[in-house]
Amino acid sequence: MPEVLRYPVSRNEQHAPAKVVPAEIVEPRRLKTEEMVLNIGPQHPSTHGVLRLEVVLDGEMVVDCVPHLGYLHRCFEKHTEAMTYPQVVPYVDRMDYLAAMNSDHGYALAVERLMGVEVPRKVEFIRVLFAELQRIASHLVAVGTYGLDIGAFTPFLYCFRDREDILEMFEKTCGARLLYNYIWVGGLSHDLHPDVLSMCKAFIKKNRATHKEVNDLLTFNKIFVERTANIGVLRADVAINGGASGPMLRGSGVKWDLRRDDPYSIYPELQFDVCVGDGKFGTLGDCFDRHWVRMLEWEQSLNILEQLLEKWPQDDKTDVQSAVPKRIKPAAGEIYSRTENPRGELGFYIVSKDGINPYRCKVRSPAFVNLSLLPVVSRGYLVADLIAILGSVDIVLGEVDR
Amino acid sequence: MESGNVLITGMETLFNWARLSSLWQMGFGLACCAIEMMAASASHYDMMRFGVIPRPSPRQSDIMIISGTVTLKMASRVKILYEQMPDPKYIISMGSCSNCGGPYWEHGYHVLKGVDRVIPVDVYVPGCPPRPEALLEGLMKLQEKVRTQSLARA
Amino acid sequence: MDQTAIHGQLQRAFGDQVGEWHEMKPSAYATRYGSYADVKNVDYLRDVCLFLRDEPELQFDNLMLLSTLDNGDGTLSAVYHLESTKHKHTFALKATVQAGHAKVPSVTSVWTSANWHEREGWDMMGIEFTGHPDLRRILLDEEYPGHPLRKDFKVPEFYHGMKVPY
Repeated sequence: MPEVLRYPVSRNEQHAPAKVVPAEIVEPRRLKTEEMVLNIGPQHPSTHGVLRLEVVLDGEMVVDCVPHLGYLHRCFEKHTEAMTYPQVVPYVDRMDYLAAMNSDHGYALAVERLMGVEVPRKVEFIRVLFAELQRIASHLVAVGTYGLDIGAFTPFLYCFRDREDILEMFEKTCGARLLYNYIWVGGLSHDLHPDVLSMCKAFIKKNRATHKEVNDLLTFNKIFVERTANIGVLRADVAINGGASGPMLRGSGVKWDLRRDDPYSIYPELQFDVCVGDGKFGTLGDCFDRHWVRMLEWEQSLNILEQLLEKWPQDDKTDVQSAVPKRIKPAAGEIYSRTENPRGELGFYIVSKDGINPYRCKVRSPAFVNLSLLPVVSRGYLVADLIAILGSVDIVLGEVDR
Repeated sequence: MESGNVLITGMETLFNWARLSSLWQMGFGLACCAIEMMAASASHYDMMRFGVIPRPSPRQSDIMIISGTVTLKMASRVKILYEQMPDPKYIISMGSCSNCGGPYWEHGYHVLKGVDRVIPVDVYVPGCPPRPEALLEGLMKLQEKVRTQSLARA
Repeated sequence: MDQTAIHGQLQRAFGDQVGEWHEMKPSAYATRYGSYADVKNVDYLRDVCLFLRDEPELQFDNLMLLSTLDNGDGTLSAVYHLESTKHKHTFALKATVQAGHAKVPSVTSVWTSANWHEREGWDMMGIEFTGHPDLRRILLDEEYPGHPLRKDFKVPEFYHGMKVPY
């Protein structure tokens, strides 16, 4: 009987799965194969934007995968050098457009830390409320489009239906659905609309039902599990050394969440779990674990929203712009400040030379660093699995390219 | 010959009605406006009731909605995609980045200030990002344009 | 560990190659996250980084950010922000070179996240990271003229037939 062969045969055995296939089913030694370069171009239904992947294939198996970026490079860092500190906020929105509130929060926090400005408690509450709502909205898009990539159309519609409720709350408060310019340095642009708290309460109840529905339809669906378990395994030490953060890092079992490990705002007062993957249906650190972490984080955000509504300072009439400085002109110095975005650690390195414009504002974008791990994670899998892996990394090209 | 003329006009109306009711869209989302385009296709605003179905390939589509910033690196690819679409084709430029460069007009060294510098545009939808209802209005304006087009006139 | 203690350990191990500690004052956060140590001799940069990563008390296993800075006086800087997930402390290093001869050793062999950060540093600022496995532009085209984030960058008038300014 011919000996059994290890399949797939890959260059980097460390990161490839070892699936042993009996030789009577396939005999690769008899086939002479050549490598082919496939271009998954900037225009593609499932690259989540304009990302170009140059994939070297041996048959259907991915030997190497080279991402090409820059198709959405919009010169954010040059703009920050020409704009004043408050004028930078709309540009920060447009980088990670699915988590605009979280990004604004990160930037405003960075400048406030540089200047030593404290914001009122009411402003902190509103900021965290909107940040968690935005986290749920971002995970809704991530989960919905992941299902769409795999081939499931219905969860996408359910997720966007719930997202409309969140966007309605944002629109009532600041007038915009997607890019808000709401969280300013030292405060907020508008006070909370009086209806938002009751809308939020109704939303939490409705969204818990949607969470269960999406779990039943998508997460525990046998086809979804077959397509995502044991695929794209990322080891914890490779993840940490490679700079991964957010669900990509927590999916590999590392308990690291900036809201817990480097807390900011009123997160120390809130109770929530740091969700990690546990190799539920396959190896620890596979695509299913990353998706599972997002589903758990969605539920944790709903818990945080409930706690906020309980603890809300009801009769606080502070003006939300009372702490906004008259002139935002930090003293000379520099700072690196980070917050937990839905995608990972968003960092701002701001250098100030005592002017009204930042001298240099460098952004550490989580999607950029997570995407750099894609070649490592996808070697040795099939082309269809590559799309599943890319969806689980959850990139937003505006942030990758800035 | 009058009977010949009436026949041509009738055919034009028929063809134009068929064209505007089934404008198949090439799924081409670049940046933030793409999310509003997806929201317009989702169940709340539902672009499919206008006959607009997203197709993955430019060879099978009638309209391309340029939603998002066109950078210099991407501009040549947009041109290639435009040339791959078969006639009659229409372009909707959605959002202020593809209309005129948007917020990046002043200091963007890698941003193309308006997609009409590389391809001809039929409808401009302003906004940053435009609401899904604004996109639907742009679509309806395009349908008006298609209704009045003719083989005989230029 | 306290950041000044870490700086002290570095100075004991590397002597003059590591410069002084610059402390930021505006707020407690700024002190923790804005202070940095100069690296006087860039040839020792990779050794300093290996020391920071491998010493049992330090164990900086995560390079948070590698940014580049144009100081405006003819020098460019590469700034390294490090973090330890085990000991939960952070540290920052800054290496400065002349703009005409901007070569800094690459730390890709120490932290793999530096790979793309250094490519972006080359693309945007023109600092050449020697020893990098694949130093080519990442965000812009290979034939784009100039390095945009330098203070003396001029926007090209035409690029591949397209007019660039408004």
